[in-house]
Amino acid sequence: MILSKQNIISLLESVNDPEVPVINIVELGVVRDVTIGDETFEVKITPTYSGCPAMKVIEDDIEQVLKANGYNNFTIKTIFAPVWTTDWMSEVTKQKLKDYGIAPPDKVSPIDHSPFLPLEKKILPCPFCDSKDTFLKSQFGSTACKALYFCNSCAQPFEHFKCI
Amino acid sequence: MSETAQIEINTALFEYCLKLGDNGLILGHRLSEWCGHGPILEEDIAMTNIALDLVGQARGFLTYAAEVEGKGRTEDDLAYLRDVMQFRNFILVEQPNGDFAHTMTRQYFFSLWAFLHFSQLVKSTDETLAGLAQKSLKEITYHLRHASEWMRRLGDGTKESNSRLQQAVNNLWIYTEELFVNSESEKMLTKENILPGNEQIKADWNERVSELMTECNITLPAGNIKMVTGINKGGHSEHLGHLLAEMQFLPRAYPNSQW
Repeated sequence: MILSKQNIISLLESVNDPEVPVINIVELGVVRDVTIGDETFEVKITPTYSGCPAMKVIEDDIEQVLKANGYNNFTIKTIFAPVWTTDWMSEVTKQKLKDYGIAPPDKVSPIDHSPFLPLEKKILPCPFCDSKDTFLKSQFGSTACKALYFCNSCAQPFEHFKCI
Repeated sequence: MSETAQIEINTALFEYCLKLGDNGLILGHRLSEWCGHGPILEEDIAMTNIALDLVGQARGFLTYAAEVEGKGRTEDDLAYLRDVMQFRNFILVEQPNGDFAHTMTRQYFFSLWAFLHFSQLVKSTDETLAGLAQKSLKEITYHLRHASEWMRRLGDGTKESNSRLQQAVNNLWIYTEELFVNSESEKMLTKENILPGNEQIKADWNERVSELMTECNITLPAGNIKMVTGINKGGHSEHLGHLLAEMQFLPRAYPNSQW
């Protein structure tokens, strides 16, 4: 395969997030850029959360996919700016999360940026029954990026991909 | 800039990155001690999530510290191979977990400082620091919201929860002055617009704290209390040594081991 940014990105689109396996690392916004040099290239990635344990797995997966496709001359670099935001996800990606049972993030609002405003004021529809009769159980969930909610209508707990 | 001035700035920057990195590392370690011991499952998950964020942030700052130092050390060398006197974290964050009220009070005091400090640090002329601050800030917003909610719930809860929280505030209050002590080298960095000055942050911190304490029926210790500080000189409480003994055991007992 010719070494081009487009080809590398296409390959990276086959790498799924290990914790949310219905979306890939390009649409998640973890892959920031691919810069092509002379016979070598660099993949720039950024963590969703500072301590996200999936980052190491993602790096390993990237390496594996690229090597399996004959690319050996590359580096993977972690960058912190610009800082990752859920606003980078497209509507299509958010729909994939919802279909998977995770309430997707809406657009980041001032409430999300201020610890002095009550998060409970945000109304979040249940991903299973679309009811708005839900409440925040905990801001922290099974992974760094998710919060735990409960739906009073269908009596199901569900996860929400936090807006940051 | 002259070469001497640049070296001086780099040394100061190294120390400052250690302070931010060590705060995250030590507080993260403390919170990880709650793993499997949380009062309810959600809190167990919350505290370990916060621990993960803080250790992640520490990695960023310690990696940058090692880079600034330029002596070939790594983030792991800095985390695992320094002794008590070389740690630059606040004495507050190394305090033992105590009961849940102590853990939340420690978290509230620290997270509020971190939120206010990082809100300013995002404007740093040092791009790496500004980027790391921006990243950390999003996570600290959640930490602070979480701790504040517990302060309210405990303070405004039962007689027992209120008295436990009051005790925690009384015990930890003497370590809070240190959050606002700047070394000479930090003052130099402030002049270079690399790190924010303390005055406004301190005023905002005090205002927020006293507002919340009123809201949750807690009285702040009054009078002329002798505040404890050792930062910038390597002074710590007895607790840090014990913490390091556990945290650093493996890399010290089995140097260069991989797992």
